[in-house]
Amino acid sequence: MSGSTDSILEVTGLRCSIAGQQVVENVTFQVPATGITAVLGRNGVGKTSTLRGILGLIHRRGEVRLAGERIDGLPTHRIVRRGVGYVPEDREIFSKLTVAENLALAERQRQPRREFVAELFPDLVERRDQLAGTLSGGQQQMVSVARALINDNKLLLVDEPTKGLAPKIVAQVADALAEASKIVPILLVEQNLDVVRRLAGGAIVIGGGRVVHTGSALDILDDEDLTRRLLGVHAEPSAPHSTETAK
Amino acid sequence: MSTLVLTLITGVGLGALYFLVASGLSLIYGLMHVLNFAHGAFLTLSAFIGWWVAQALGTESWGSFLLSVLVGAGVGAAFATVTELVLIRPLYERHIEQVLVTVGLSFAAVALFEGIWGTDPIHIAGPPWLRQTTEVLGARIPNTYWVLMIAAALVLGGLVLFLKRTRYGMIIRAGVENRSMVTALGIDVRRSFTLVFAIGGAAAGIGGVLAMHYSTFVSAHLGSTLLIFAFIVTVVGGLGSLTGAAVASVLVAVLQQFANFYLGGTGDFIVVILLAVVLLVRPAGLLGRKA
Repeated sequence: MSGSTDSILEVTGLRCSIAGQQVVENVTFQVPATGITAVLGRNGVGKTSTLRGILGLIHRRGEVRLAGERIDGLPTHRIVRRGVGYVPEDREIFSKLTVAENLALAERQRQPRREFVAELFPDLVERRDQLAGTLSGGQQQMVSVARALINDNKLLLVDEPTKGLAPKIVAQVADALAEASKIVPILLVEQNLDVVRRLAGGAIVIGGGRVVHTGSALDILDDEDLTRRLLGVHAEPSAPHSTETAK
Repeated sequence: MSTLVLTLITGVGLGALYFLVASGLSLIYGLMHVLNFAHGAFLTLSAFIGWWVAQALGTESWGSFLLSVLVGAGVGAAFATVTELVLIRPLYERHIEQVLVTVGLSFAAVALFEGIWGTDPIHIAGPPWLRQTTEVLGARIPNTYWVLMIAAALVLGGLVLFLKRTRYGMIIRAGVENRSMVTALGIDVRRSFTLVFAIGGAAAGIGGVLAMHYSTFVSAHLGSTLLIFAFIVTVVGGLGSLTGAAVASVLVAVLQQFANFYLGGTGDFIVVILLAVVLLVRPAGLLGRKA
């Protein structure tokens, strides 16, 4: 899956800090130009910080290349305009704006992909004039994902899109990501290993602020010993929320 | 009865003046987390320039009055824009330094104004109607209060329309809620910083010219006096909430007027007590969100 020649994102020696505290020590990996690549690892190893570091939302050093061009010196809005869609952990929708306003704010191009988004999430069309803060958690996640899908991006950074959602909604979000991955590569942080198993081709495992393993997602998840060692969990396909923890 | 009506209406009128100053403060804080101590300087400069314009065109005419208000708005907006670009922007994300630089600017501006226009208050004149009163239910209301109310209502309406109906308004509302997510959607949020400064400066500028007519003089300290109450209003209403600022402006000013009339001139004292109570009971303000 991973090959340096056809990778969309190359991260080399990325170090990130929040308020002076190092949260990502030294991360190097590549994201292939197609499909979904999962970022795995125990809680608190720096998966979210890695995504935020790539976007320049937290202080970072190291080299980040998007489609061959360096983006590590750019401010966040410039990076995003180069074609990076971001679905943050905890959704971060604008609760006092309507659904339509949330989406309109995200539109960066002349002809946004409104039909595509409407097909994926018909609920949102019905609720377009509703304040986003009054939506259910699942619907808010759909707004968050829709904001990233409404533009033509080179890459999506998606952070725990199924966190805290009911199984039915998890499936719907996973469907949407599967559909989106046909047109745009996705770097996906996900704790729900069933979702990873279903969606991800490649996987990057982070431990202690570094990349400790790279390979095929299925190879990692099928190897019980490896899964326990790297992720600290058993991969049990039958229990959808076996990996969900309180935090 | 007429005293009650007088107190109530003048309270609302004074609240309108507070709102003109507080609206900008609240928007700026909501979006940028900067308490702008230089806001009073925007107001004072607008008043001086507005007075200069009015004098040049004849103080008695309504045309020159209206033009002086518009010029005041323009001067406030320009001063605020330059402040944001030159002093605030280079200190991006350094909130304490940003606040300190506005404190410094406020002191420097007062000194500069005193240097130019002197330390004594300059008495001003306007259209004669402003000196007269209108009778409402037996109470004779000074006409300046009506002008203040109309101006504040127009500014409030304009701001609400702008925030609801325009893309920049949408960016500002979203930015007040979650600024980093706005940048993560590819939007350069710093542009809207300059914009809120300009808008806040314009509102303060209108407030400055009207405050000058309200108090019938202009001095280098015109802004600083009003700024204290505007800050109180902003905190009571909830930092970052425009509706909160509007509600709190009227509440604070009416309370102040009532205390001044019925409790032996204790208006300022009561307002500070109100501030303390709100901070203790509802630290986020009446309509503010928790940090």
